[in-house]
Amino acid sequence: MSVDLNAVRRIAHLARIGVSEEETPHLQGEINAILKFIEALEAVDVEGVEPMTSVIPMKLPMREDVVTDGGIVDKVLANAPLTEDGFFLVPKVIE
Amino acid sequence: MTDLTSLTLAEARDRLRSRAISSAEITRAHLEAMEKGSALNAYVATTPEKAMQMAAASDARIARDEAGPLEGLPIGVKDLYATEGVHTQACSHILDGFKPPYESTVTANLWRDGAVMLGKLNMDEFAMGSSNETSYYGPVASPWLPPNWNADKARAALGDPKKKGLLTPGGSSGGSAAAVAARLCLAATASDTGGSIRQPAAFTGIVGVKPTYGRCSRWGMVAFASSLDQAGPLARTVRDAAILLRSMAGPDAKDSTCSPAPVADYEAAVGRSIKGLTIGIPREYRLDGMNPAIEGLWAKGGDWLRAAGAKVVDVSLPHTRHALPAYYIVAPAEASSNLARYDGVRYGLREASSDIVGLYEKTRAKGFGAEVRRRLMIGAYVLSAGYYDAYYLRAQKIRTLIKRDFEDAFAEGVDAILTPATPSAAFGIGEKASVDPVEMYLNDVFTVTVNMAGLPGLVAPAGLSEDGLPLGLQLIGRAFDEETLFTLGEIIEQSAGRMALPGTWWA
Repeated sequence: MSVDLNAVRRIAHLARIGVSEEETPHLQGEINAILKFIEALEAVDVEGVEPMTSVIPMKLPMREDVVTDGGIVDKVLANAPLTEDGFFLVPKVIE
Repeated sequence: MTDLTSLTLAEARDRLRSRAISSAEITRAHLEAMEKGSALNAYVATTPEKAMQMAAASDARIARDEAGPLEGLPIGVKDLYATEGVHTQACSHILDGFKPPYESTVTANLWRDGAVMLGKLNMDEFAMGSSNETSYYGPVASPWLPPNWNADKARAALGDPKKKGLLTPGGSSGGSAAAVAARLCLAATASDTGGSIRQPAAFTGIVGVKPTYGRCSRWGMVAFASSLDQAGPLARTVRDAAILLRSMAGPDAKDSTCSPAPVADYEAAVGRSIKGLTIGIPREYRLDGMNPAIEGLWAKGGDWLRAAGAKVVDVSLPHTRHALPAYYIVAPAEASSNLARYDGVRYGLREASSDIVGLYEKTRAKGFGAEVRRRLMIGAYVLSAGYYDAYYLRAQKIRTLIKRDFEDAFAEGVDAILTPATPSAAFGIGEKASVDPVEMYLNDVFTVTVNMAGLPGLVAPAGLSEDGLPLGLQLIGRAFDEETLFTLGEIIEQSAGRMALPGTWWA
């Protein structure tokens, strides 16, 4: 399995990481090196094997559906780059 | 006057309890050592005022006979633990300036038990690496001298921010391991996703434990791969690691993957007999072209355990060789989900842009280092439509097979498995920062299986390479049977003799 330059651009977009045209071929090489490494798994017989969903057998703990937290606006906003009136400020999302 | 920084955690604890020394004294001694050793670059943030305040509070509690299990003991904390009001960036540029308004459960447990915080320790960015070379803050120099170097040459190399030629302490918990080995803290809390505690322990001649998945809470730890990450101790002796883990571990309602089972007294397990235990030696861990010193040490480890009364048998873990490639599908996939939150909106770095997508793409391109970007892209790819089944789902099935191999061995009566810890001794900084990312990944070949199966693993120093660098041995145990690992680890430590850590050459 290997990726071409278009696939690299598509993957970069999926990951929302800006990749310049100049960097794309180098990144393609690195990704393909890793994909080659994991190719060996194609030969493993996984017929009838369940994918691992829980590392250690555990029952998902439940609790009462009541509010036990909140009212900490200042803490939530404390590390934000840009805020206004209790909101995070970002560039326009919808045209 | 004994150099207080040379005490073990257990010795310091006992002297504090008997009032032979004060926490203020031993904390001050460590703060001085940290300053003298700052060029090693083990710490990315130091908290001297906070440390002295905590030491004073500990001394007051000791005077009132209210000492907790870690009372007054100075500890270092890996940079990925949320420490309230203190630098927490997982050594990444993208979390610039982040100071959490909350404390991670594991570190809260340390402070509950009376420990003193010295500062935050260097690591590979977002725990992705095996040499601490991907850190935004630069590499960490191991306190072990490269073969044939003298102290003058090493001191000169420390002056270079790139630390070229000096040895890596391993990673991702490189800063933690270097600080413990260089006596810049009594012990450290670190984390392990594919070997990030155990490999640095082996490289620096100290003890590292990755407990069973779910033994420690992950709440407040910067997440890398949620089904693999686990908190654990790095310390200079098996007993010290046992003491620290007992405080770190325990149930937490805020982490639904954290086990509600009570924590055993791990220190009590140190010194127990191993008569009647069965140790498995897995044949698939014998790699082609294996370093003869490592192979010899592995055999010697088996001899030591046999001499102490254990039965040593061959076992087979047939899917061993698939663990590393499967890990490099599962871990990046989970990371791509966990690191999606770093978008420049709520915390950390923000790169200006006129639209939201530009904000995300520029911030993440600027804020993440090359290794992180690589893994996030692999992760996005293996989870994407058309590839999910072939990659991620298949890797999760292989994970079931890897775990089943261990379960079958344990069902046959094996109590623990003995393996080498690393394929080599520590290498030079810059030596593997090369063309092929896979070359660095091969460092974890003996350790990732344990994370993939969720089992506990302990690495103890066992000997030296031909070049005089430390080598460790790894013990893998049954789920939640950390006690047996501490019992066996103590036998290895007693048989090998305490590892003589390097004297201070850096100051």
